[in-house]
Amino acid sequence: MPPIRDVMPAFELFQPANVGDALGILDRHGADAWVMAGGMDTFDWLKDRIKKPKVVVDLGNISELRGIKDAAGGLEIGALTTLTTVANDPLVKERFPLLAAAALIVASPQIRNQATVGGNVSQDARCWYYRAGWPCYRAGGNICYADTPTSINREHAIFNADRCVAVNPSDTAPALIALDAEFVIKRGSAERVVPAREFFVGPGIDITKLTVLQPGDLLTAIRIPATWAGKEHYFEKVRDRQVWDFALVNIAASLNMSGTTISDVRMVVNGVSAEPYRLDAVEAAIKGKPRDKATAEMAAELAVQGAVPLRHNAYKIPLVKALVKRAIRGEAEWATS
Amino acid sequence: MGNLVSWARSPWGESVLIHISWDLFWAALVGGLLFLLAHGGYMLFSQHQKRDASEVDRLEAERKGLPANITRHGFVARMFHWVMAFSMLTLLFTAFLPIVGVKFAWVYWHWMAGILLTASVMFHIVHATFVLDFWSIWVGPKDIPEFKNEMMRDMGQEIPGTPKPGKYPLGNRLYHLAVVVAGMFVIGTGIVMMWRVRTGLVERNPYLFADTTWGLTYVTHGLMGVGFVGLVIAHIYFALRPEKLWVTKAMIFGTITRREYLEHHDPDRWVADK
Repeated sequence: MPPIRDVMPAFELFQPANVGDALGILDRHGADAWVMAGGMDTFDWLKDRIKKPKVVVDLGNISELRGIKDAAGGLEIGALTTLTTVANDPLVKERFPLLAAAALIVASPQIRNQATVGGNVSQDARCWYYRAGWPCYRAGGNICYADTPTSINREHAIFNADRCVAVNPSDTAPALIALDAEFVIKRGSAERVVPAREFFVGPGIDITKLTVLQPGDLLTAIRIPATWAGKEHYFEKVRDRQVWDFALVNIAASLNMSGTTISDVRMVVNGVSAEPYRLDAVEAAIKGKPRDKATAEMAAELAVQGAVPLRHNAYKIPLVKALVKRAIRGEAEWATS
Repeated sequence: MGNLVSWARSPWGESVLIHISWDLFWAALVGGLLFLLAHGGYMLFSQHQKRDASEVDRLEAERKGLPANITRHGFVARMFHWVMAFSMLTLLFTAFLPIVGVKFAWVYWHWMAGILLTASVMFHIVHATFVLDFWSIWVGPKDIPEFKNEMMRDMGQEIPGTPKPGKYPLGNRLYHLAVVVAGMFVIGTGIVMMWRVRTGLVERNPYLFADTTWGLTYVTHGLMGVGFVGLVIAHIYFALRPEKLWVTKAMIFGTITRREYLEHHDPDRWVADK
């Protein structure tokens, strides 16, 4: 039977007023519970009846999960803080314009008013084969419909595909990795802090998830250390429709300059693999190099080593190269250099 | 059957098999461990009979021309065994650790180990056919008397004399048969599953088979895989049992003593090298 559009399945709705109650509910219902923040990812799944949770935990009433506060020169951002708030917050714009730029370019203004930063990093893959409810690897099956000779896979992965070729769609995720952020996850009475990079998982590790979040877990906050505050930042997103779309590829970079020399750098691209793809080899290669055309050319070649395009997405290879070059040269609107 | 396998609805609206229920892994694991406990307990408290020492003394006196140590497994055969054991354990751990919650990029290691297993088995078939005594490992109706005697001994009765096995005791041969059946299925299905993942060895082609055939392939692979969980538990258990250690030592060092040879084997069915 085809999916029934716009008809919500029945579920038990919980709207806890504080984190403790939310954790209690999640602990009680385990894998039956669905955590909803802004609902931007959730409602697609539910209205299409692809996901049919028994319990939905709406976090919307938990005010303690909202807001941005100073944390020793860095910032702590509540997971339920909207993307509009993140994009417009004076502290974010002053210290981490990279994150403000990334948040500001997510989807549309209406969506940014509702969508949360926690939801943006935790959202599921946007592969349409998967979202259509087909029994692919990511849905627990044994095939990737996007990686066949006849698939429409223009938006899919060029790096680290392991059976599944879906990509991570988040714009804020690469920015947070480039800022060495940490994600605070609570579960019952326990709390663990996960580096942003380790928050995301590829299909080789867990083919049915994009993050380390397990049933019972609640992402409560994102902490950004002062390390990259006030340094040079770069964010650029390439998408089909400039007004409203997921990234074909985006890039986030933080650079610490000593004069004209790059003394330290973080560079992450997204939309190219199931987890934000940190360019470790590029980072290592350009440390100590001048921020010039030659370095950019060298980095661009290095960035795409190991890329394996699918039938329709080979264009992502020159796109990644171009973005890496532009990031190093600081050419985009959002460059702070 | 509905609970033993997972089904899904294909894009064309058909119900297709996906894979076995992972509960079967736990069933195989628990079943293997229960067998181990049951057999261990039985052996501890039963009247299990060994051959009378005087019978073996007499055989030793009769066959003084035999060397003190007799080669049971040549170097090549032992190497095959240990390579196969390594690949089989790698296959089982890479397949089932993620199911019990140990997450890692297992697919690469799994198919690499699968290739090693396949290559070692192919080598073994050639080696066993042209170098070893091919028929010595197989079981057939002729082994029923031997089976009956072993059962009687296990139940505490004294059964002197023949029939004794040739080179391989009946338990070895039955185990080998089970491994051959499960191994051929798991290798055959594993090879075609290489067309579903990126290996660089074959061009990926998920449309090699229809959905139904793929479903059966995955289910067969899974069933044989969990079957090997039980088989490997049993194998390691018997290899470590005190009364079987002489077999295990032979798989490490290659030889058994003259007394072990005469106690456990029929010299007329397995003629030792002198």
